[in-house]
Amino acid sequence: MLEVADIHAAYGRVKTLFGVSLSAKPGEITCLLGRNGAGKTTTMRAIMGLLPVSQGSVSLDGTPLHTLPAHMIPRQRIGYIPQGRQLFAELTVAENIEIGLMTCGEGPDTRDWVLDIFPRLRERLRQRAETLSGGEQQMLATARALCLRPRVLLLDEPTEGLQPSMIEEIRQVVLRMKAEGLIVLLVEQRMDAILSMADQVVFLENGQSRENMFGAALRADPEILTRRLGV
Amino acid sequence: MEFGPHLMLAMLEGAVTAAILALTAMGLSVVFGVMRVVNVAHGEFYMLGAVIAWFVAATLGTHPAVGFVAALVIAPLLVGALASLADVLILQRINYDPERTIVATIGLLYILQQGTLMTFGPDARPVEPPFNHRLALPWVEWGEQGLALYWPWGLSITSYKLFVIVAAAAILGALWLFMTRTRAGLVMRATQQDSNMARAFGIPVARVYALVFGLGAALAAMGAVLIVPIQQAHYLMGHDPLLLSFIVVIIGGLGSLPGTIIAAILIGMSDGIISVFFSPTLAKILATLAVAMVLVFRPQGLLGKKAA
Repeated sequence: MLEVADIHAAYGRVKTLFGVSLSAKPGEITCLLGRNGAGKTTTMRAIMGLLPVSQGSVSLDGTPLHTLPAHMIPRQRIGYIPQGRQLFAELTVAENIEIGLMTCGEGPDTRDWVLDIFPRLRERLRQRAETLSGGEQQMLATARALCLRPRVLLLDEPTEGLQPSMIEEIRQVVLRMKAEGLIVLLVEQRMDAILSMADQVVFLENGQSRENMFGAALRADPEILTRRLGV
Repeated sequence: MEFGPHLMLAMLEGAVTAAILALTAMGLSVVFGVMRVVNVAHGEFYMLGAVIAWFVAATLGTHPAVGFVAALVIAPLLVGALASLADVLILQRINYDPERTIVATIGLLYILQQGTLMTFGPDARPVEPPFNHRLALPWVEWGEQGLALYWPWGLSITSYKLFVIVAAAAILGALWLFMTRTRAGLVMRATQQDSNMARAFGIPVARVYALVFGLGAALAAMGAVLIVPIQQAHYLMGHDPLLLSFIVVIIGGLGSLPGTIIAAILIGMSDGIISVFFSPTLAKILATLAVAMVLVFRPQGLLGKKAA
């Protein structure tokens, strides 16, 4: 289980998280919801160690993560798909995948597994990442994270700017990872995606977690989203 | 000597300058490209390479070739290790803050320079080249009986200078293979593009930075070991290479390795030719003017990318 307990974090001197807590379980999709600036992306970055946690703790199956150097956190098999994909733009598709494989020492089997999930990437292996379409870039960002054979998958707005067919493809992959028992932590703006996938929802407001809710409860009363988020 | 053979001679001298400059500037470019650090002490790593080469050759005291080969291995390793140590002890501690990094590397420049003065002394010291045969070069001219080959007096180069050009090209080729064909090179290129995402994929960025800083200094030291049988080792010899390396890196495009090589050839060749026909000072003035023009009309350099 991924446990985030009352974490505080700051960008330099600007404090952005003032106490975020959540528990994400294997085989479940936990959605972080909140308005712009609520702290969703910052929470993801703090879990990944890209932002120092000044207070509180992050642990995976009892192993503290917040005390590890940032580069050791993904080696706990935590795959991160950041907002805007943030691929290594000038590296080829094959090289981006290689970076993912190197993280946890995975080899050709994992490479084949990932390319079987995204066969379109197989045709683009020698192409630079920056030359891919938006959908293909998202596939590559997801593939790169899956190369870790992750126990935890953090997805920050994976469907942003994608066409419907691509959104469905990404959604299917996320559901498949959930079925394979991964802990999935998802930041998503698309309400239909949240309603169809979330097992648990954590509402963030001004850098704090305000309320946890089961996905089923949300599906029973979708108006909650309107009330909480004003959408 | 006629103009044609004289120009060829100047171009050969320029090629030697370009070869050394390409190595030295490549070190600066790799460091800036990956770490975004402006290393003002780069010229002193070059100087240390030359001084260590002299020390190794003088200490071994055997055949010049043995001393030279030993220096070519030992000097870059020692200078690289020293630079990596400086990265860990100084640059990491100031978190690579751009302004503080410049001040810190200026401090490092003076420590290395004055430390060398205190230990090595103020004298310039020669290192014997491993071989040094004079090779006469032919020239072709159109005469009454068609094309004729002849050997103009004074048109020659030493075998060692040719070796410098070939060795620098080989080292740069090896660097290219290292960067594009090895895992370590891939890790460096990934870190260069996005250090945060590199961390998010398990790359120990601090260690990569220390290695890159060491690699940059080692390249400068290799350039110095190659040149020290032509120019003597001296504690102030780092100034010109630093200035020219900055000129090359800016003209080539900050962090662009192919741009650095193209600019090194342009600046090195023009430096050689202008120095032979006019004066070395004019060559430096024109190179500095070229930088000014690039900064005004193409700030990203020849092959650099425009800032987003």
